[in-house]
Amino acid sequence: MTVLAEIADAVIQGDGPRVAPLTKQAIAAGIPPKEILDAGLIAGMTVIGDRFRVHEIFLPDVLLAAKAMYAGMDELKPLLLRDGIPSIGKVVIGSVKGDLHDIGKNLVGIMLKGAGFEVVDLGHDVAPERYVSAAREQGAAVIGMSALLTTTMPVMREVVEQVRAAGLAGQVRTVVGGAPVTEAFAREIGADAYGFDAGNAVDVVKGLLGRR
Amino acid sequence: MILELAAADVAPGRADVLAQIGIPEGAVVSAHIERLYAAASELFAEHVAPAGLLADIDVAEFAEVYRGEGRNEPRSPVGEILGRAEHLALFVVTLGEGISQALQRCFAAEDFALAYTLDAMASVAADGAADLAERRFDGMLRGRGWTTPDGAVLRYSPGYCGWDVTGQRKLFASLRPERIGLALTESCLMQPLKSVSGVLIAGPRTIHRFPPTYDFCDRCNARTCRDRLGALFAHEHA
Repeated sequence: MTVLAEIADAVIQGDGPRVAPLTKQAIAAGIPPKEILDAGLIAGMTVIGDRFRVHEIFLPDVLLAAKAMYAGMDELKPLLLRDGIPSIGKVVIGSVKGDLHDIGKNLVGIMLKGAGFEVVDLGHDVAPERYVSAAREQGAAVIGMSALLTTTMPVMREVVEQVRAAGLAGQVRTVVGGAPVTEAFAREIGADAYGFDAGNAVDVVKGLLGRR
Repeated sequence: MILELAAADVAPGRADVLAQIGIPEGAVVSAHIERLYAAASELFAEHVAPAGLLADIDVAEFAEVYRGEGRNEPRSPVGEILGRAEHLALFVVTLGEGISQALQRCFAAEDFALAYTLDAMASVAADGAADLAERRFDGMLRGRGWTTPDGAVLRYSPGYCGWDVTGQRKLFASLRPERIGLALTESCLMQPLKSVSGVLIAGPRTIHRFPPTYDFCDRCNARTCRDRLGALFAHEHA
């Protein structure tokens, strides 16, 4: 088994303590950081994502794998930055103003990072203007919004409207999700997409950015 | 009155927690997940500090609480059930701040799987505590001679089913849950987060039966109302 295959396997097993030294080993062997990322860490997470989609494994397994992947990313990130290698896309996420629930939003962030996206997590209780300013400042391609209360869902509409008002429509795409949110609601407020769960949110963001 | 709740009263069942994290009954659970479940159970037992309040309220007083700040949907289940209610009580239950802090620590340590499992456990437990408040109120009423045939108690909460979340302000003003360490944020969410508040409505079971055809139902993906009604009327399908 090559070291990249071993990295992927360790990610799949959720074995963070094995991922870090293997990543160091790959770096020491002169394998380009981007290749270690794509053929090692992300390859492992892709297998995890596929197994999750067909219900072969469950979300806690995915989260263990994500943590293992982060152990490798800690080693790789400085090198990727040094080489000026961009992530596959930057996503600003947050739970909307009035909402303090952030477990769903956290899961989306973890899954997006696992798929190779750069994630800017604004936390919870995020005002519409903060999403827009963060997307502009960070050069993000996507804004992801989460709401767990029907009463905070209208904030999503405000964000979509502010994205348009800021002249960012088409440049910054909006994705909504959360237990009470529906695809019909996403359409009604003019959001670009709706993610029904954290795994689906990754597919949706990939689709929006032509990364499928 | 203070609702006396012990940690054991709110400890959630394994099947419910696994279902909450998306593992169906009968599925093979990996050794990883077994370890996570054990670790989350330990954290839960260590940090849970359940508490609750319950207070009888008459229909007129509750109508004022329910009116809140005038932001409720024009038609809602509570608004329509109220006229047929026989007894009402405001309630709040919480698992305490310790669980929220333990969750934050897990996330900060990037222990995502443990955080997720503990969060699921706490969510099930908070709902379980609210179920317990329903049963205690039911028991209290029966102790006082409530004899309505096929009577049942069901809870409704601000933030759901057309009762605007700003209704929390009047509910808090009436119930004063600060006594058990609860606070309301500017956006009307409770802290600690793993808490449930609302009204317990007692009356003939059938008053609680409502179809999901209110205007706001179209915009809502949550199935909690259907699940609770399903449980209430499960005997009809048994």
